[in-house]
Amino acid sequence: MIEENVAARPPEQPPALVLRGLRKVYGTVVACEEVDLVVRRGEFVTLLGPSGSGKTTTLRMIAGFTTPSGGSIEISGRDMTRVPAHRRNVGMVFQNYALFPHMTAAQNIGFPLQMRGVARQRIRERVDEVLELVKLDGFGDRYPRELSGGQQQRIALARAVVFGPNVLLMDEPLGALDRKLREALQVEIMRVSREIGATVLYVTHDQEEALVMSDRIAIFSRGRIEQLGSGEDLYERPTSLFVADFIGTSNILRGRFEQNGEAGGWLTGPSSRLRVGPGATERASLDAGVAAALVVRPERTRILDPDETPPPDANVLDATVDAVLYLGSESKYGLRLADGQTAAVREPSARAGRSWEHGDAVRVAWAVDDGVLLADPG
Amino acid sequence: MAALGGLTVFYLLAPTLVIVPMSFTEARILSFPPEGFSLQWYGRMFTDRQWSTAMLNSAEVAVLTAILATVLGTLAALALMRGRFPGKTLVNGLVLAPLIVPVVIIAIGMFSLYVRWRISGSLLGLVIAHTALALPFVVVSVSASLRTMDRNLELAAANLGADPRRTFTRITLPIILPGVLAGAIFAFITSWDEVVVAIFLTSARFRTLPVEMWEQVRQVVDPTVAAVATTLLLVTTVLLLLVLVVRRQAPAR
Repeated sequence: MIEENVAARPPEQPPALVLRGLRKVYGTVVACEEVDLVVRRGEFVTLLGPSGSGKTTTLRMIAGFTTPSGGSIEISGRDMTRVPAHRRNVGMVFQNYALFPHMTAAQNIGFPLQMRGVARQRIRERVDEVLELVKLDGFGDRYPRELSGGQQQRIALARAVVFGPNVLLMDEPLGALDRKLREALQVEIMRVSREIGATVLYVTHDQEEALVMSDRIAIFSRGRIEQLGSGEDLYERPTSLFVADFIGTSNILRGRFEQNGEAGGWLTGPSSRLRVGPGATERASLDAGVAAALVVRPERTRILDPDETPPPDANVLDATVDAVLYLGSESKYGLRLADGQTAAVREPSARAGRSWEHGDAVRVAWAVDDGVLLADPG
Repeated sequence: MAALGGLTVFYLLAPTLVIVPMSFTEARILSFPPEGFSLQWYGRMFTDRQWSTAMLNSAEVAVLTAILATVLGTLAALALMRGRFPGKTLVNGLVLAPLIVPVVIIAIGMFSLYVRWRISGSLLGLVIAHTALALPFVVVSVSASLRTMDRNLELAAANLGADPRRTFTRITLPIILPGVLAGAIFAFITSWDEVVVAIFLTSARFRTLPVEMWEQVRQVVDPTVAAVATTLLLVTTVLLLLVLVVRRQAPAR
């Protein structure tokens, strides 16, 4: 009878990490305004934002290096807000690796196990296992100074995962490495964290890195999470102009919003009237007459051929070509619109027989459904 | 330019080094230039009760001072570099004060206090006094090591499960060890050749080597003093070279 009951209600595992109203104030400077975040077990979440937006402060509060001014931190269902750093069982990878210079790679990796009173023989086994995991078997006897930057970062990763942390925190771990190595290590970190099922909270200001690695991305701005979602969510459906502008490049066309019943709405600018799709209108749910912006990604726009009839479901604007950038597989055009706003168009270079030059008068078009309507805070 | 530099070095070193040949003289009184060659005064230094006792006393005081000053100085440096407490600037100034205040003033002050406390003329009194004089050297040396140490290493240790005590013994101390050892050697030297405070705080029954030299030079002009001085010089030089070696041993980064 009892067993049946238990089976009927599977024990719900608490999320790996829950942040509620997390705040940090230094004197009069607010580093973290109010951060709410729930990270599921095994999830890879990236905190992305400009420097000073509060992402590193948030990470340091989770690690226990900084005491929050308010709010709470829950790790695997336990309130950790006031627990000292050494009892949190959270792994951390630092940008400068922070390997202990007076210990070998193996001693560095063994250190957290030693602190947990693991038997010497078992430590040796575990160290060998994780060295293999980060593909550095045989490097255990080297001192940090005898390892390259990439190798040091792998050892730092091994040291941070060897004790099975509830959450793995990474603070711009690849920031000090060159581009090629960074890309290789991105793949490496993803593989390792997936292999051991780690819950990862990753801080970076490199949006490409965030898009490549994360299940979800939290965009930080001025001490708050501006938007939280998958890379696709953020790119295709930004909920604020900040996010639209921060992730990738966007054409931002400003004006006033007007309702248009079932068909969606209009964005009326000084010299244009653009259609807004019904989906975009519903998501934005703006009041009529408010300042708004229509966001269109450059690769969703297209320069029409001189004699081409625009499709019926497209917005069309007159423009002058300002700049042409040939990038090999594709070309970028900088345009000046009739009302003085600028716009960018990205097209495959392969569209034969067409080339535009500075000063050409053209028409730029995009499908109405590709426009995202957002409030314009000014 | 080179000549001027050479002259400066000669001017600085000559008075110190002139004592060395004088210690090997065959003459019965302290004289320059020395006559002949003999090691008899070095022999005297070890066989004469007064000299050998003074040497042992000096070594004892210097070793105890080095230990005490190193422990206290390291803790003080940690508090000043890592801690946050009111009056930190004041404490910092007080710790470094013996570097600036004229030694004779410190000596007079200590003498009047120690007489009242009944520790004047004892090993303990001199060790305490020398510890105060040596403390700034340890604090400066250890602070320099702490300043160049990456703070993230301590955060990493805490993150990996080390409590503050183990973070210190396993991470911080090994990394700043060269600075601590250099501080210990400086403390030893400070005590080893200190004469002003020692004159005030020693008695006829308890004298250190520099005090014994001072007393002897005033009475007899026996070349043993030159031998003792050369020995003092040798010990100090070797220890200073050791500081250089220790500093070079600092772990990379």
